[in-house]
Amino acid sequence: MDFELTDAQRLIRDTVREFADKELAPLAAELDRLKRYPEKPLQRLAELGVLGMTMPPEYGGAGADTVSSCLALMEISRACASTGVTVSLHNTLTCEIIYRHGTEGQRRRYLPALCRGQILGAFSLTEPTSGSDAASLRTTAIRRGEHYFLNGTKLFVTNGSRAGAIILFASTDLSRGDKGITAFLVEPSFSGFRVGKREEKMGLRASDTAELVLENCQVPVENRIGEEGEGFKVALSSLVTGRAGIAAQAVGIAQACLVASVRYAKERRQFGQPIAEFQAIQWKLANMATEIEAARLLTLRAAAQKDRGLPCTMEASMAKLFASEAANRAAADAVQIHGGYGYIQDFPVERYMRDARVLTIYEGTSEIHRLIVARQLLSPSPLPSPHSWGEGKGEGPQGGPEEGMGAWCVRDGGDL
Amino acid sequence: MDFELTEEQRMFQETARQFAGKEIAPIAEKVDELAEFPRETIRKLGELGFMGVAVPQDYGGAGADSVCYALALEEVSRACASHGVIMSVNNSLYCDPLVKFGTQEQKRRLLVPVASGKHMGCFCLSEPNAGSDAANQETTARREEDCYVLNGSKNFITNGSEADYAIVFATVNKDLKHRGICAFVVERGTPGFAVAHLEKKLGIRGSSCAQLTFENCRVPAENLLAKEGEGFRIALATLDGGRIGIAAQAVGIARAALEASLDYAKQRVQFGKPIAANQAIQFMLADMAMEIDAARLLTLNAALLKDRGLRHTKESSMAKLYASEVAMRAGIKGVQIFGGYGYMMDYPAQRFMRDAKITEIYEGTSEVQRMVIANALLS
Repeated sequence: MDFELTDAQRLIRDTVREFADKELAPLAAELDRLKRYPEKPLQRLAELGVLGMTMPPEYGGAGADTVSSCLALMEISRACASTGVTVSLHNTLTCEIIYRHGTEGQRRRYLPALCRGQILGAFSLTEPTSGSDAASLRTTAIRRGEHYFLNGTKLFVTNGSRAGAIILFASTDLSRGDKGITAFLVEPSFSGFRVGKREEKMGLRASDTAELVLENCQVPVENRIGEEGEGFKVALSSLVTGRAGIAAQAVGIAQACLVASVRYAKERRQFGQPIAEFQAIQWKLANMATEIEAARLLTLRAAAQKDRGLPCTMEASMAKLFASEAANRAAADAVQIHGGYGYIQDFPVERYMRDARVLTIYEGTSEIHRLIVARQLLSPSPLPSPHSWGEGKGEGPQGGPEEGMGAWCVRDGGDL
Repeated sequence: MDFELTEEQRMFQETARQFAGKEIAPIAEKVDELAEFPRETIRKLGELGFMGVAVPQDYGGAGADSVCYALALEEVSRACASHGVIMSVNNSLYCDPLVKFGTQEQKRRLLVPVASGKHMGCFCLSEPNAGSDAANQETTARREEDCYVLNGSKNFITNGSEADYAIVFATVNKDLKHRGICAFVVERGTPGFAVAHLEKKLGIRGSSCAQLTFENCRVPAENLLAKEGEGFRIALATLDGGRIGIAAQAVGIARAALEASLDYAKQRVQFGKPIAANQAIQFMLADMAMEIDAARLLTLNAALLKDRGLRHTKESSMAKLYASEVAMRAGIKGVQIFGGYGYMMDYPAQRFMRDAKITEIYEGTSEVQRMVIANALLS
């Protein structure tokens, strides 16, 4: 047991930290205000090897581990959460899925371009009537010869209008429920593909969130990922890295809240002394710092489990749930510590609060994650729980009703 | 970064788990009900090396690391928090400062008997007027030839009536404030050293909590730890480690509450289905489990820093603060999940809640931990 970073992890963190402090943080307020897509920062991140960083070098990646990926996302999100979510989606969902479930041809075709930042990745599961209940999606895919024809509407797709490679889920057999879902790799140039509404958001305003409309969208058979009916499994498997990524984003935002609050509390004088001298302020700072430390450890544990090939469904859910809620508490306290200035756009904390709000919603709401954790706790043996720490852990149930769980078993899912 | 336990750590955890399951858990309810000090099982814990886990083998300990200690203490406390605090005080508050600040001679004489589990140690810092404000020591130490003469009264001393060796803080000069404080080891039987009163407590009732008095108690000068005036520094450094122990104890209590709740929620049928089928119950269970994992990671993080010889004041406070509040929340949720049965002494849920409360108070209240953390952030 050793919570120290390896030299490689430290190098990646320090490199990204320097970029985040020097190049990204100074732009963040303007990107947010103008809702400007972080095109230049993304290009710089590609140059630094951060885009697709967990991909093996033969596909253009840096061969980094999940822990490093989370460390990078923490640093990026500390400076700009919009850039954070953009990279998180690109790395932890699109690249991971293509690498893990794609054919060699798909990997060779897409991964080098994704790693170079020539194209951006997206992940499209959510629909107007299918959020947390992801398996209830209505978009259909019908095969005719060498093509599938997709029809339906996808919602809240991060990077949706910017992406060159979209992992998109549709049903090849609606009668089979989640077992009818299939994953596709969709390019925006495909006929029948159209970007619909671009959402106006409360936070993460520099990130792109779009509706995708599929009207007989023609997808070549070679762009199917996995077999027909394996899509839901593909979606769930990737959500572990995705959730660790969002947890890391949350840690970054929370850290930004703490740093801003400590600085402000030492400078701001009221009643003849810095407000940092008041216990009411000190308590908030102590709570923030403690929860950030816990969130960071939960996040990196989930990542480390993933890197060791161990089951980490519950660990990833705990990390995402805890970190996202801690970030919201940190942001609310940061605004409170800043008082009136906290409400004004000249200070960054109102942005942190807006950015933090989505964390408990996307990539599985807090409610979904509590159900996942509870389901694992209540599942029959082997108990994949904290209680078996240090013992072998069994893979917990993933989606679908489990034996003995009956009606209270819920479906996984829910992205943005 | 590696979250896996080493072979040795796994072995400690497993040994503690087995012993606690077999020998401690079955007597926990009785120990609580009768407020009876569990001499026999504590003796056996000593034989297993658990009363001096991180003390070098040369001095009678098990020679393991703080991670092993935290893991073992969590297992013991999960079975019985009273055993947990007895073990924690002996290890963290008595043995640890002797390892760190004792001379070779002091270690041989005063550490070996305690680290080996043959005798017990306690730590006397609190006084009637010195709780969170520990520097406000009123117990005095006056040098007379080759002795120090101690006068005063110590409050809330865990293991106080059972201990054969006590680390006692006293001031040689009140005007010097914390710089006048010294740490002594006082042996049981020293004339003038007496147990004045045994407290009755809300929880951890199997552990003893005593008021100790010192009336012209002559302590040999060779029992002074480090130098005159270094007592407060010793106390603070000791509490950095002690808080890891209490954090581990809290994690153990919280786990006991969660595990009992899980079992109960699966068995208890209402409205035609197990209550575990209700999201209201599931969410309580999920929060408990998530917070327990976070608390354990904070605890082990502090333990790892301690093992590497790095400063861990802030991290220990974070672990202790967070874990104790988690234990309290888990204790309360446990009683709620058990419903009416949770309020009854036949079920253990109420005990976990009572035991949890003290973890937010002793070895620095939650308020003191927040002060420590805020000071670290703002300095």
